[in-house]
Amino acid sequence: MSRETSAPPRFSNGDKVVVDDRPITGHCRTPSFIRGKSGEICGIHGAFRDPERLAYHRPGLPAQVLYKVRFKQTDIWPDYNGPATDQMEVDVYDNWLKPA
Amino acid sequence: MPTPEKRNELRDGTDGRTTHDVGGLDFGAIDMHEHDLALWEKRVDAMLVLLATKKQAFKIDAMRRVIESYGEQEYDATEYYEKWVRAIRNLIVEQELVSKEEIEARIAKVSEDFKANGRDVAPTSVPWDDTGAASNEGAS
Repeated sequence: MSRETSAPPRFSNGDKVVVDDRPITGHCRTPSFIRGKSGEICGIHGAFRDPERLAYHRPGLPAQVLYKVRFKQTDIWPDYNGPATDQMEVDVYDNWLKPA
Repeated sequence: MPTPEKRNELRDGTDGRTTHDVGGLDFGAIDMHEHDLALWEKRVDAMLVLLATKKQAFKIDAMRRVIESYGEQEYDATEYYEKWVRAIRNLIVEQELVSKEEIEARIAKVSEDFKANGRDVAPTSVPWDDTGAASNEGAS
């Protein structure tokens, strides 16, 4: 996995974020079930070349910080019938996140 | 090198999800049994490692993009490593390592050799996928 120098992470652990809900064209690593949903940063993996550009043989720069974002299962699935404390963690690139 | 066009294949009745974006949809129970890989599947895995890592012919992200370009019916009917090998075939042509004609000629030769030795050969060949890349024939 390529790591490139990039700006320091915008978010820190515990920050509340919202996943962007923009329409997509082409390759995208952000699954639809978290788009528009609110979560909390719970990990920072580092900076990686942007898969949305690498997929088309582009260099993928500037690198994007990849965060681990924690969601409540009940926020993700409208008919979730497990315990309300259940959570899900998804890796999301910086260019898909907004401050909540 | 041609730059492939960006586009999406959408899954019917899912309010605009792309074909592969199936998280949360109902596909029935998941088969959790351990299973061995077939020899051809291991070979496909090895091909990917050599092409993507050693030769740097393309990134894994490009392979995902090609697999995501399959239509819904094709995506659902194709097994895991079948998706891989088809994507690899498309990408080595897209990146101009070999031509479609060279691959077809080689497949024809191997098929003939197999038949001559009494081995089974699939009656039809796998169609080429339109992955959005400019083809060698100049189509868009």
